[in-house]
Amino acid sequence: MAFELPKLEYEYAALEPHIDARTMEIHYTRHHQAYVTNLNNALTGSEWGKKSLEEILSGVSKLPVAVRNNGGGHFNHTLFWTVMAPNAGGPPQGELLDALNRYFGSFDKFKEQFANAGMTRFGSGWAWLVKAGNELKITSTPNQDNPLMDIADVKGIPILGVDVWEHAYYLKYQNRRNEYLTAFWNVVNWDEVARRLKF
Amino acid sequence: MAFELPKLPYAPDALQPYISKQTIDFHYGKHHQAYVNNLNNLVPGTKFENASLEQIIKEADGGIFNNGAQIWNHTFYFESFSPAGPREPSGSLATSINTAFGSFGSFKEQFAKSATTLFGSGWAWLVRKSDGTLEIVQEPNAGNPLRKGLIPLLTCDVWEHAYYLDYQNKRPDYLQALWNILDWEIIGKRY
Repeated sequence: MAFELPKLEYEYAALEPHIDARTMEIHYTRHHQAYVTNLNNALTGSEWGKKSLEEILSGVSKLPVAVRNNGGGHFNHTLFWTVMAPNAGGPPQGELLDALNRYFGSFDKFKEQFANAGMTRFGSGWAWLVKAGNELKITSTPNQDNPLMDIADVKGIPILGVDVWEHAYYLKYQNRRNEYLTAFWNVVNWDEVARRLKF
Repeated sequence: MAFELPKLPYAPDALQPYISKQTIDFHYGKHHQAYVNNLNNLVPGTKFENASLEQIIKEADGGIFNNGAQIWNHTFYFESFSPAGPREPSGSLATSINTAFGSFGSFKEQFAKSATTLFGSGWAWLVRKSDGTLEIVQEPNAGNPLRKGLIPLLTCDVWEHAYYLDYQNKRPDYLQALWNILDWEIIGKRY
């Protein structure tokens, strides 16, 4: 069964002014759609097309690069839309906050380290908060790779991610990736991150 | 001696409508400038303190390589354009292009395909190999074919910052636009 572009749970303008409506529309209808289309094409006729996206990602080292790139792109953007929401932002509560304090020292230190991971990813990629074993870790990956892939440096289950491909922020922020990463905190849906932590 | 941002060979609006003034202002004024600033902050106290960019490209790694190579790449890219100037190669370069790719039209097709299919950030290059023949190569991120002993003739920046304000996701349209501003006399001198 073919992969599909998931429904966006809010309107393109819902994350304004932090992420602009035009970026949301282009990002979702053109970039994410292209990953879905290309992934389906890359899996045509393959047994792997019957597997879940997570299974596919865990075996990318054995698969054509088009599956890695587009499978990663589809997974990453699907997660991205869910960890953002209108009228969201912080701070996180309960178990999630406890975990951030435990592994990073404080919520502020977590934000600093996460933003740093986004800033220091040279070229295109993503910054992630990852459930790795019993720990939480921050990492970044190049292009459309992610921590579910068997080729990842830091492996685990991503529970929060931010897109630092320039298409994610260039129309509004241009070269100012740092401003985009600061604005991102205003739209993070911590309930979703907490759900993914427990899942 | 500190690295400096070289002067742009034309006014920021000279390449319109193919590359907007707004793009040039950010691409040259912010991105290219930032690589210069970053490199000047990174090299003091290292063996690259007085190195040329070519030396950095061939020998360095990490942040010094990334920033040094990006300075070289962007200078080379901006220098390839002009508002007037021949839009087709001539002489021995034209002959070599026909030999390598069949025709200039076929070269443009293949170069655009290479640039369009590069996944993520990077550069597409037309290079001369040591045996004198031509090749199109892709390099990710700050990659530069000097490191592999190839002679660069032409480069196209496919980092999204190079085209996103003007073309958004439509990288093929950006590639098509470039044929209107590439100066083959300048490129020919590199051959």
